[in-house]
Amino acid sequence: MALGLGAAQADYTLNLMKGVTKVSNDIYDLHMLILWICVAIGVGVFGVMFYSIYHHRKSKGHVAAQFHENTTVEIIWTIIPTLILVAMAIPATYTMLELNDVEKSDMTIQVTGRQWYWDYKYLNSDIHFESHLDEASERAHRTKGADPRSVPHYLLNVDKPLVIPVKKKVRFVLTSTDVIHSWWVPDLGWKKDANPGFINEAWTSVDKAGTYRGQCTELCGRDHAFMPIVVIALEQPEYDAWVIKTLEQQKQKPDLSDQSSQQLMAHGESVYLKNCVGCHQINGAGVPGLIPALTGSAIATGKWESLDGFLRAGTSKMPKFDKLNAKESAELMTYVRNNLGNKVGDELQPKQTALPDDDD
Amino acid sequence: MSAVVDEHDHHADDHHDHGPAKGLLRWITTTNHKDIGTMYLVFALAMFFVGGAMAMVIRAELFEPGLQFVDPAFFNSMTTMHALVMVFGAVMPAFVGLANWQIPLMIGAADMALPRMNNMSFWMLVAGVLLLASTLFMEGGAPNGGWTLYPPLVLQPITVGKALPFAVFSVHLLGISSIMGAINIIATIFNMRAPAMKMMDMPLFVWTWLITAFLLIAVMPVFAGAVTMLLTDKFFHTSFFNAAGGGDPVLYQHIFWFFGHPEVYIMILPTFGVASTIIPVFARKPLFGYASMVWATGSIAFLSFIVWAHHMFTVGMPIAGELYFMYATMIIAVPTGVKVFNWTATMWKGAMTFETPMLFSIAFVVLFTMGGFTGLMMSIAPADFQYHDTYFIVAHFHYTLVPASIFILMAAGYFWLPKWTGHMYNEKIGQLHFWLSVISVNILFFPQHFLGLAGMPRRIPDYAIQFADWNMISSIGGFIFGASQLLFLYIVIDTVRGGTGEKVSDEVWEDAGKHGLEWTLPSPVPYHTWTTPPTSAPTEHVLDSH
Repeated sequence: MALGLGAAQADYTLNLMKGVTKVSNDIYDLHMLILWICVAIGVGVFGVMFYSIYHHRKSKGHVAAQFHENTTVEIIWTIIPTLILVAMAIPATYTMLELNDVEKSDMTIQVTGRQWYWDYKYLNSDIHFESHLDEASERAHRTKGADPRSVPHYLLNVDKPLVIPVKKKVRFVLTSTDVIHSWWVPDLGWKKDANPGFINEAWTSVDKAGTYRGQCTELCGRDHAFMPIVVIALEQPEYDAWVIKTLEQQKQKPDLSDQSSQQLMAHGESVYLKNCVGCHQINGAGVPGLIPALTGSAIATGKWESLDGFLRAGTSKMPKFDKLNAKESAELMTYVRNNLGNKVGDELQPKQTALPDDDD
Repeated sequence: MSAVVDEHDHHADDHHDHGPAKGLLRWITTTNHKDIGTMYLVFALAMFFVGGAMAMVIRAELFEPGLQFVDPAFFNSMTTMHALVMVFGAVMPAFVGLANWQIPLMIGAADMALPRMNNMSFWMLVAGVLLLASTLFMEGGAPNGGWTLYPPLVLQPITVGKALPFAVFSVHLLGISSIMGAINIIATIFNMRAPAMKMMDMPLFVWTWLITAFLLIAVMPVFAGAVTMLLTDKFFHTSFFNAAGGGDPVLYQHIFWFFGHPEVYIMILPTFGVASTIIPVFARKPLFGYASMVWATGSIAFLSFIVWAHHMFTVGMPIAGELYFMYATMIIAVPTGVKVFNWTATMWKGAMTFETPMLFSIAFVVLFTMGGFTGLMMSIAPADFQYHDTYFIVAHFHYTLVPASIFILMAAGYFWLPKWTGHMYNEKIGQLHFWLSVISVNILFFPQHFLGLAGMPRRIPDYAIQFADWNMISSIGGFIFGASQLLFLYIVIDTVRGGTGEKVSDEVWEDAGKHGLEWTLPSPVPYHTWTTPPTSAPTEHVLDSH
């Protein structure tokens, strides 16, 4: 077994992590307290039991006593556990209240769960992006015989991580557009469900700059295992710089210049891996009975204009992909029409697919 | 004639005139509680292997990181179907089988109160499980939204194909079957006890089943209602669980767990009853704290109705709800603790021997308690914000089901098979089965605590590299555990066909006659028993007070 894990993987742990927030540390303390209480009770009860098993056996000539009740003992072992529970409930209540207190936050981020990625929207600025499983993991888990161990942070890496400042109270509002997801970063100390049509609240305040990884924890369909979360906590100045840089990048218009067919196909594959592969699969075969194949599909291989319109409109089963800009549409369509077992033989350039009013 | 045969008379088994009908039709038309009990047990054992095969698929896929064997959607079908088959096809029917065999024998009744309904509830169970299993062969596959069938996932056309209505109707059939079984058990216990047996004279197994039967009647209709709402949301444009139509997907979770929490106690309360029956026999002592055992069972059953949302701490409840469900859940530790202390006190100063049923029962007490400890940890709501939906939970509930309910079902098999068949099982193979099971079950489930705490979510077919080692160890434990159960199959078949060849006595186990009425009957138990009710109830715990 590969015990020698590379530096690109998280450490190997047996216990709950302490995490990097006050709440996560409080939860860790609660966890250890109740764990030790259980261990102590276990040692006591199992100790008595195993003493009895060892000594009170017929083969040793022990003769069975015939007592079968003792009110005093029974009252004692009802009352003592009750007192232990009350002692546990007090710190647990305080932590629960703290966990629940979303008031007086410094900033708010809207987290939207989608099949199968996260969408982050900074409500105090215009930052808004999607966070998908990184391409290396995406390829590795979909390719027979690929070695996951060669992929850094296999299944726990994303293309665009969530970035937050340290020591600021960040409030999260969580929701979903399809099924129930759950957003969990163990180092922050909690998970919270993202329910379609409803909004949940949670908060964190990270003490230490660093990269923290987590996953979706509510079964959300076939690619539930493949929608990780990466949070990068930055010191305030670096965070501010990141905000400026990200806003600038967001304002940049896509490059609509012509590309070679190799470029179109390579970029198209990236767009496909990010947006389509979860349902239509890496070979375009779809899933029998559930999801249509793209290989040989009349829509995919018909007129590109109708394919483009189809993508932008979506169907009752497929979300609309009007979020793709002209560059991405051209790349994706070229890829879908000339790979995945299709050979239309055309090459779509971004300028072709740009709508007249498309100023993206 | 044979209606007045005194069952204590060992010549009773010479009367063959009221024996079973010949041929296959016997099993289809039978109204005999022993035949029906046998069918339930055989069916449950078969489903245990079907559900077990699905678990092997799951552990094979998780043996290494990366996807080796199955598609993620099929993996999700396996986790869903494994749970449904084990819960509704194996554990619950196995306990109904034990109830059918044992309750009439233990309370001195000639049969169940409603024998025809008894037959019908068995065959509806078979129909329900077959309907569910048929979805495995459908386009789009078996349900893959988890055994909890949460909307909107389970309603999504790209997730679940044609399976949903079949799963829903299957739940209806299983529910009707369970309710009929429960009514039958309640009617039998209330009406058919030997006149000498008062309620507080009843063996604990009878008590726990009586309480379980009430739980079944209370919650199976709730589950049936919940899945019917899924059905109408899917096909008749209602919006119970659809926010766009004014509904709420979380409503389903509340309804489901209002059923689901009592449901898990439906699988554990009869377990307590069997353990409370077996441990005194091999400790050669009366059960300690009989009355407190009855009250603890009743309290646990009551509490099971008011703690459901501890399955939903992270769903986004108001703080008052979080705190209430935390406190209510913590209280369950008190009556459960009482039970564990009572079993320990029953062993204390006994004269113990360690035949296979006793070994499984002791392992049950220890390993169930470990599952109880993790349950207590999870009741701490803020800590559950870390534990929830991870492998820590998977470890927890498997500890309360496999080395608890399943081990006790094994114990019950070893304990009563000699009585039922008149043949002794092979003790050496029995002990081998026990040791293989108890070691491998811990290799299988203990590392899952580590995985969960380290951050591995449940219900994923592939995982990050840091989870690789414990998953491999867990899978190895799983394969050994799975293979070991074939020994049990062998032992059951071998015992039915003659076992060691040793003729067992009526008591089977030393002085068992002091502990329960069934041991005063001949071995093997004749086809008809207690046609004349016994005149006394020789349950040991009441000897003092009478």
